[in-house]
Amino acid sequence: MADPMKIRATMSGDKVEVKVLMSHEMETGQRKDSKGAAIPAHFIQSVTATHNGKVVLSAEWGPAVSKNPFLSFKFAGGKPGDKVTITWTDNKGDKRTDEATIS
Amino acid sequence: MNDDRRKVLKGTGGMAVMGLAASAGLFVPGSAWAQAWNKAAFETKSLADTVKAMGGTGATESKDVVITSPDIAENGAVVPFTIASRLPKTESIALLVEKNPNVLAASFNIPQGTEAGVTTRVKMGQTSNVTALVKADGKFYYTTKEVKVTLGGCGG
Repeated sequence: MADPMKIRATMSGDKVEVKVLMSHEMETGQRKDSKGAAIPAHFIQSVTATHNGKVVLSAEWGPAVSKNPFLSFKFAGGKPGDKVTITWTDNKGDKRTDEATIS
Repeated sequence: MNDDRRKVLKGTGGMAVMGLAASAGLFVPGSAWAQAWNKAAFETKSLADTVKAMGGTGATESKDVVITSPDIAENGAVVPFTIASRLPKTESIALLVEKNPNVLAASFNIPQGTEAGVTTRVKMGQTSNVTALVKADGKFYYTTKEVKVTLGGCGG
């Protein structure tokens, strides 16, 4: 259902720099619609990044993370051609996994 | 809201049904996949409570935790933050916005081999102190910075 993530993984010195742009509305549950009814919260709760089966970053998010979340981090031990896989799960159980090749 | 509808229309057969089920709230939060999420920590209202919910007893201020962000954010809906830790054995990094309805915005676990620094964007309801909380070698450290917000990001 959700649109694919944009993932870019590039070598930066001896480390791999990963930049991820996810497509998610990240509704906080604080807002109200035009009728005054609260819009239910809908946000990404957990994000996991793996490289060769090893977790290189995991995150837990609250609804305060911005719409269409951006995330960037660096890890050691990757080389060009390796794959980096990112998975997110939201509070409605929706999931999305995408992968990128390190360049 | 319209996004949901568009996705349902776009989706084929089974996917459309899934989309409907999801938007109707049929997937109840609290099932197996949600257990890993530290609900208690995300419901805290202050730094001290968050530290407790994460299993610590207290936090020390440290200059080795660095927040990089704009001093004045024009749009509170998208405030970029980079948090870096120079502390050895950094295990996790969390970002807290003091005046948001729930202070904890995001928490990152840093396995060995990953640089202790992350960049992300968060929403801020109003001008507030922002705290980066770092767990290193079993202890909690933090640093705080004020970020002014011109236009809040939570009112919609």
